[in-house]
Amino acid sequence: MSSGNGEVRVLSATGVCGSGFKETSLAAGMAKQPHFIGCDAGSTDPGPYSLGSGNTAFPSRAIKRDLRLMLLAARRAKVPLLIGSAGTAGGEPHLAKYRALVEEIAREERLAFPLALIHAEQEKAYLKRRLREGRIKPLKPAPAFDEGVIERSARIVGMMGEEPYLRALDGGAEVVIAGRSSDCAIFAGIPIRLGVAPGIAWHAAKILECGAAAVISRPSPDCMFATLHDDHFDLEPPDPALRCTPQSVAAHSLYENADPYRLVESSGVLDLTRARYAALDDRRVRVHGSAFERAATYTVKLEGAEQVGYQSIVIGSIRDPYIIRQLDSWAERLKARIAARVADVYAGDPAAEGYILNLRLYGKDGTMGPLEPVTRVASHEVCLVLEVTAASQEIATTILSMARHQAIHLPIPEWGGFITGVACLYSPAYLERGAVYRFCVNHVVEPDDPYEMFPIEYVNVA
Amino acid sequence: MAKLGELARLIRSKNAGPFELTFDIMFDDEAKFARVIESKALTPQVIAEIYRLPVAEVKFFIVPEALAVKASIPRPRFQGDLLDSDCHGGQQYAPLIDIEVA
Repeated sequence: MSSGNGEVRVLSATGVCGSGFKETSLAAGMAKQPHFIGCDAGSTDPGPYSLGSGNTAFPSRAIKRDLRLMLLAARRAKVPLLIGSAGTAGGEPHLAKYRALVEEIAREERLAFPLALIHAEQEKAYLKRRLREGRIKPLKPAPAFDEGVIERSARIVGMMGEEPYLRALDGGAEVVIAGRSSDCAIFAGIPIRLGVAPGIAWHAAKILECGAAAVISRPSPDCMFATLHDDHFDLEPPDPALRCTPQSVAAHSLYENADPYRLVESSGVLDLTRARYAALDDRRVRVHGSAFERAATYTVKLEGAEQVGYQSIVIGSIRDPYIIRQLDSWAERLKARIAARVADVYAGDPAAEGYILNLRLYGKDGTMGPLEPVTRVASHEVCLVLEVTAASQEIATTILSMARHQAIHLPIPEWGGFITGVACLYSPAYLERGAVYRFCVNHVVEPDDPYEMFPIEYVNVA
Repeated sequence: MAKLGELARLIRSKNAGPFELTFDIMFDDEAKFARVIESKALTPQVIAEIYRLPVAEVKFFIVPEALAVKASIPRPRFQGDLLDSDCHGGQQYAPLIDIEVA
């Protein structure tokens, strides 16, 4: 691979594989002869469930549609296709799902190519060793993390940098499906290798990894195209209806980042303090001045999920204004009654110990909880979600069923007689949500090199 | 006086990873952006008061090239934890709308 006339052209298919893009945009991007196609497939946005359970946030059918179009375009043009953070969370089950989809598409389309799978799920023994060596360090804020958390975790992945991608390409791969990865690493490695300044390459990568998100108004997810030079890059959305402006591109560095000027990667920090944005015309933007500071120590961020139990919920509503005007005391009385009822039924049986009852009141503070500044309940109706998390699904549903019964018949002083004070939405009233998880780590590992946590597996897809 | 929500093109909140929450307040013209900055209606102290945390925990940025103000705080509850109620952090900005700007 060579950069030819000194520029590197990169096509990003979309912000998340499975969220879609226009076929016409992909074709317009391919007509500009990219050196490679990249696509991020991951996110922590859906929460800890994907990582913990091994499921993907996007449906297989939607992922397959995007993968098929990207594979066909890349194979036709004979350029590499790099997919990072396969299957939302980039662990082993997620990577396996992507591998199966890629092989299925290859069979259906009669494609043959060398594939590399880069694994990102971490061995517990490896993490415990690095922890003992003091080479796992907390970020801020971080949950408590020790060998017990590692042992309990459902899954912990490392977030790879660009180096494993480049090694996979050096190993002959033409399609790379990677587990959990820095979103930007998918796009930064090849341009840096072809001579683009790291600051330019990482900044372009930061925009490319979100697909068309940096345009001024994006009706639906779509492609983005960047042309990188030694000291600047130009952005142009392939769909002629979409427009980038200096402000829309500058504003993109705000999105989902805590700090808009400093973006931390494994090998250093992208510094946008001196980045400048200029319009080339009414839809293309040139960026220069972005810098990259190399870190003294190479670090790999960890993401992990641990199961916290099984959950069941009841959705109901309250319309009685007498109950609504005493909602706080009503909720306190309800909680006390539920606790008493659980104590009666389980009578010291340790099985129920540690159950968590959460009472969510929409119309009051369901969205912001204790941070809700509005204290007055102004609505004529309130939505109630009763939620119980316990050691097993059976216990969660048992406790929840008692909670529901207490809630619907909880007396209030205004009425003299047996009342039904909650409207239950469904029959049965409860929904079993299965296993629930939490993010259990916000730390980095200091590995010996960028590769030790990310073994590469080569597969000849034929 | 005007409310921040009337001056901004967009006020939004979002996860910045599972452990932080970030707020973007974006403007579509320089005069409104300058008015908000000069009024000191939006400062780290204001964010700290609304979200009830020490001001030292508020990261605060004025981003002129994007005509934006940005603030980030540790998430009140980690994303998806049992007591979290906003998995994307997308609805935590509402109190910012009513900030009075001179």
